[in-house]
Amino acid sequence: MNEFVFFINNVLIAGSVTGSIYAIGAVGVTLVFSIMRFAHFAHADMMTFGAFMVLLLATLFPHAGDVIGVPTAIVMLPLAMVLTAALAVGIDKAFYKPLRAHGVKPIVMVIGSLGVTLMLQGLIRLFSGTGGQSLYVDDRKEIFRLALPFEGARVPVVITEPQIYLFVLTLVAVIGLQLFLSRTRLGKAMRAMSDNPDLARASGINTNTIVAVTWVIVGGLAAIAGTLLSMDVTFKPDLSFHLLLPIFAAAIVGGVGHPFGAIAGGFVVGFAETLAVFNWRVLLRPFSDSLPEWLALPSNLAFVGTEYKIVVPFFILVAILVWRPTGIFKGKVI
Amino acid sequence: MPLLDAREVHGGYGGMNILNGVDMAIEADQIGVIVGPNGAGKSTMLKAIFGQLNVTQGDILLRGEPIQNLPTNRLVELGMGFVPQEHNVFPSLTVKENLEMGAFLKPGNVKRMLSKVYEFFPPLHEKRHQPAGELSGGQRQMVAMGRALMAEPELLLLDEPTAGLSPKYMYEIFDRVKEVNAAGVGILMVEQNAKQALAIADKGFVLAAGQNRFTDTGQALLADPDVAKSFLGG
Repeated sequence: MNEFVFFINNVLIAGSVTGSIYAIGAVGVTLVFSIMRFAHFAHADMMTFGAFMVLLLATLFPHAGDVIGVPTAIVMLPLAMVLTAALAVGIDKAFYKPLRAHGVKPIVMVIGSLGVTLMLQGLIRLFSGTGGQSLYVDDRKEIFRLALPFEGARVPVVITEPQIYLFVLTLVAVIGLQLFLSRTRLGKAMRAMSDNPDLARASGINTNTIVAVTWVIVGGLAAIAGTLLSMDVTFKPDLSFHLLLPIFAAAIVGGVGHPFGAIAGGFVVGFAETLAVFNWRVLLRPFSDSLPEWLALPSNLAFVGTEYKIVVPFFILVAILVWRPTGIFKGKVI
Repeated sequence: MPLLDAREVHGGYGGMNILNGVDMAIEADQIGVIVGPNGAGKSTMLKAIFGQLNVTQGDILLRGEPIQNLPTNRLVELGMGFVPQEHNVFPSLTVKENLEMGAFLKPGNVKRMLSKVYEFFPPLHEKRHQPAGELSGGQRQMVAMGRALMAEPELLLLDEPTAGLSPKYMYEIFDRVKEVNAAGVGILMVEQNAKQALAIADKGFVLAAGQNRFTDTGQALLADPDVAKSFLGG
């Protein structure tokens, strides 16, 4: 029984946390790709920017959350989303739009976004310092220990407050995005432009508007992902940056250009990572007594060591690219 | 005043001129058909009218107003619709969503125009919730025309609407073109099936090497032995 709880804590919850972060991140990457046709490497630092805005605001108004009884960081999130959306639109105006106007190849845009990533990260580091800081500036991170109503269940299921917010906001973001893309005029125009930009223009759709709307959504989603990631761990100027490649792996695994593929890809990659480092011996322990003597269980039965966790997304990525280059949902080939 | 009046149009891509002085005029209730050999500049002329290539010389007037080199969304607002030859639907959008995109600039139109388009093309109503990419070639062409009609254009430009279609669908599309025209939309189309297209044309334009070779009514062009010999395969 306790082994089962251990599995819930270390696989189900941990995998969902990683999966949700990857999923929201990958949706942003995939939206930029489907509208502007380039791999946007500065996405992770937009996430960091969002989290940094929350940190700033929470430091300025540490008691804003007390009034309604939620963490201050969550109260500040909507404002940080607006600021990050503004940053995304501004970066596009300053850097990507001139490149587009010159009709450069996608690879030039990709390299441009690498420049933006270094610049953003440097700027944030300049103001935040290089150390870690908690987004819980003046409040306490609640940790819920839920005892299971079973006999012999001594270990509780552990879930933290930011993790609950993460799951709820992921769900809200996914449903909101689905409704936006399938029900609204602008959302449908985004899908139309992703399908066929020339025909979108011929239909009178102003592609500049669509690009701006895309950046607003991408900036908002980046702020959500970055903030919840930093709430779960701590804020660091390079925290999100280290997730950039797994996020791209998730987007490609799901099929680039498919927002729902990106979500699926995010959870596939997140769970694969978690399952790969999970010590399966724990689950087999109850049976260890009944095993014959020559089959003694080694102390660690994980597929790979924790230090190799970061390799797992790339293993999946390579496998997908070899066997199904368009991803789970048929997407565009980068 | 003619609906469309193009005079001495010159233009092309990247410095290379493809059009060397084309004249083209149609009235609001007419069907104009552009025919000619490959490379004559037929599709290029259509694109020049729809602002998709640089017009270096000449005038293009829509109801007397100059429109050359205006941005596309402005042309749509002014009452022009364009159906490209290829890639003319949004494949992952449903038929209904494709049509809605046609009315993007006139969202108030959607309901009224949807029922009108479904009337022109009954198969589209039946398939309205299906992604356009899954339809047959003929039905896709209907989606493409329907999308352009959603903005209630006064002038509809069609680039080879029957390319790659079976004869059955070709006649079906020509019938629809006539109906759309009868409903008050001026039509200018490029066609490879020259004989069948000229048969429904009020005006025919035979282009060669970026210039007008013959301009007359469709019937007169069909009856002209010179046109028949050089352009209609005898």
